[in-house]
Amino acid sequence: MTIDFILFLILALVAIAAALGMLLSRNAVYSALFLVLNFGTVAVFYILLNAPFIAMAQVSVYAGAIMVLFLFVIMLLGTETLPPSKSLPWQRPLAFILALILAGEATYLLLVRKAASGPIPQPVDTFGSPQAVGQALFNSYLLPFEITSVLLLVAMVGAIVLTQKDKGK
Amino acid sequence: MDWTLWVEWFIKALVVIFAILTGFAYLTLYERRALARIQTRIGPNRAGPQGLLQPIADALKLFFKEEFTPARADKVLFVLAPVMTVVPAMIIAAVIPFGTQFTLPFLNRPVTLYVADINVGVIYLTAIASIAVYGIVLAGWSSNNKYALLGGMRSSAQMISYEIALGICFVIAILLGNSMSLLKIVEAQKDIWFAVIQPVGALIFMITTLAEVNRAPFDMPEAEQELAAGYHSEYSGMKFALFFMAEYEKMIVISMIAATLYFGGYREFWFLKDTWFSVDQHWWLGPIYLLLKVIVLLFFMIWIRATWPRIRYDRLMAFGWKVLLPLSLALVFITALGILLADQFGAIYIWTIPVLSIIAGLVTTLLTNLSLRRKVAHA
Repeated sequence: MTIDFILFLILALVAIAAALGMLLSRNAVYSALFLVLNFGTVAVFYILLNAPFIAMAQVSVYAGAIMVLFLFVIMLLGTETLPPSKSLPWQRPLAFILALILAGEATYLLLVRKAASGPIPQPVDTFGSPQAVGQALFNSYLLPFEITSVLLLVAMVGAIVLTQKDKGK
Repeated sequence: MDWTLWVEWFIKALVVIFAILTGFAYLTLYERRALARIQTRIGPNRAGPQGLLQPIADALKLFFKEEFTPARADKVLFVLAPVMTVVPAMIIAAVIPFGTQFTLPFLNRPVTLYVADINVGVIYLTAIASIAVYGIVLAGWSSNNKYALLGGMRSSAQMISYEIALGICFVIAILLGNSMSLLKIVEAQKDIWFAVIQPVGALIFMITTLAEVNRAPFDMPEAEQELAAGYHSEYSGMKFALFFMAEYEKMIVISMIAATLYFGGYREFWFLKDTWFSVDQHWWLGPIYLLLKVIVLLFFMIWIRATWPRIRYDRLMAFGWKVLLPLSLALVFITALGILLADQFGAIYIWTIPVLSIIAGLVTTLLTNLSLRRKVAHA
């Protein structure tokens, strides 16, 4: 328990530092790499929570596939560095208001509603195992799963159609 | 958790890392000698008997070479990129089983011959393989050289494309082994190798691994006549040596994975099952069998490099997306169908898998051949 807690603290610090680094660095390539580091720490969180399958899926989908494509696009377009101080005028007040709302909600939930939290039920041993995930995906959630895959396919076909040169002209 | 377990893990990890490093050193010699033999040359035979000390001489030379960092390069990433290429190549070996287990003579404790047996071993492989792209992409970008950048781009596009067919070939082995643990996949091949049940799957696996490790004939990222040396144009000294090391380590590791998934891993030939040569009788035969299989698979990689010219880049992408991906999907379908038939009507129906998949492979070859021929007729 204590080792888990120390690990959690260190990982949380790394995750927050990586997230801040992603927001604050002026170079898009570094931002993308900080985001990869963040995804990596989140994957380790999943392992701490006894869900190695989701951890590996996190690494291979987000860090391995999506962020590589991001990097690819950043490098291909050559938009690595932002021009200095080109912020939108309404961005700061809006961010301030949204942050205030979030803090208010968190305070409400932590202070006012704290009586509602009971003992957390222990997950079963097979929780998050490949078998359990597969059973859930292909039995209980088959229709959403199929619809998601069709949506992704349609999005991909759409992107290909949009970028294809018109052969008739 | 007692401390001896930590010691055991530490020692096993060290042994695996040193085995891969030694393997890398001697694989360079093996490749040079085998290439020389194929091209009727002699190859390096001066340093030590049969050139056995050549890797050590090469390493010493690389240590003393000047390291050069381009002035406009991104210094941090320029140093980080080789490291990010080497590390995945090493840690991917953590889930590969080298044998069953043995008992230490004096301490009387069982020691397993693998670093980790996790129930998501195969997904671990895909996760680490997908991370391996970063080193090459960042090397290309941080060099601030357009040839290096183009090399990095090509390699990332190529590795992402071929990763899909590779992942689907993993799925075939998972289906046949009925588990994602590599140990269970190996044990499932006790009676017959998966390469016999699913020969076309094994073939596609070998092709995609060649593309994943950027070996000939898929070595587009470093096509000399187009891109100087591709992503490592600007690297010299030890940093170049790290890229070199990563390529050869990946060859070894990917051969181990291929052996594990399709060629029985550390297990003996299936017809030696109940004889003296079985791994069940003598645990120390396990690593030896794996080593023999890796050496044979590596020879195929070297042979291919000596035989085939590089494929044109657009053909390479078309081959990955339009040929390998649909074919491997069809193979997953055939494999699942065969397993279902074997479950319902008896074990003999498992042989529908090789029959149907060889037909699928032949049809694909025929169609590819036809489409290529039609293009020639147009021109």
